[in-house]
Amino acid sequence: MYRLLWRALPGNLWAKIAQTTGLLLVAVTALFLWVFPWFVATFMTTNVTVN
Amino acid sequence: MRAARNGAQRRGVSLALDILQDVAFTVGGVILLFLVWHTWFNDIVAGSAQNQASHQLAQEWSAPAPSATPTETSGTPTPRPSVDPTQIPVLGSHSDGEAFATLIVPRFGTDYERVIAEGIDPETVLNSSATGVGHYPESAALGEIGNFAVAAHRTTFGAPFAEIEKLRLGDHIYIETPDGWYVYSYRNTAYVWPADVNVLNPVPTTSLEAGQRLLTMTSCHPELSSAERIIAYSVFDYFAPRELGVPAEIQHLREGTA
Repeated sequence: MYRLLWRALPGNLWAKIAQTTGLLLVAVTALFLWVFPWFVATFMTTNVTVN
Repeated sequence: MRAARNGAQRRGVSLALDILQDVAFTVGGVILLFLVWHTWFNDIVAGSAQNQASHQLAQEWSAPAPSATPTETSGTPTPRPSVDPTQIPVLGSHSDGEAFATLIVPRFGTDYERVIAEGIDPETVLNSSATGVGHYPESAALGEIGNFAVAAHRTTFGAPFAEIEKLRLGDHIYIETPDGWYVYSYRNTAYVWPADVNVLNPVPTTSLEAGQRLLTMTSCHPELSSAERIIAYSVFDYFAPRELGVPAEIQHLREGTA
């Protein structure tokens, strides 16, 4: 999977490294800003109230 | 023929192992990132947003900066206003999710402040970056004789009550409204089961006397679990009207705003 992706990236080694870094940043940003908040709000919210 | 079939099978197995390896690597990476987000990033970002929201709300309430008295600027404590029960404002009812006060606890950090909103709905109040602390609607109103009870997360979503276990006897807890500051003194902590709604009673524990204005803070216990509740009780100390200036202990939070 990752090997195929690496091969599919255009350019020389440094261009591939730069593109990989960019993709990683996009993935981490999406996880931190949307995926993780949604996951916690949906499945992991601890109840802090007495009821 | 057989050799070709074996070769194809080996390639298939190799591809499956490659995919499995990549999936395991991805899942491991996502779990590690989640731990970083959960224990560090989220609380910093959400906590900062909640702090900022509280500061902005206080700025809206502040009158144009009055000239400070010499005692206020010299760093010595502001004279403690006398307690006159007839001059303690009682806040009326609020709509669900409405921000009506800010909570300032010096023990939780020199810059710590959070917005108190009406209700304990997770989505609109407790998990919100604009609020964070929720008032139990069934408990007393702010300033009223009885028990003003609030709830907040101890971990995640800004973790407004992350430091609740660090409160020490006599620590001041300030609740700011447009009228001024309700100042409470921390008394003691209790650990109860989640269904123990007695902590919301006007007199929640025998260690507190009837006829007082109390502040009860509830959160989860232990951290990252909702098996129990940690309850921090405080008793009303005095009310500081806005006209008399910001109480000395929290003056640094309101410099240039009140």
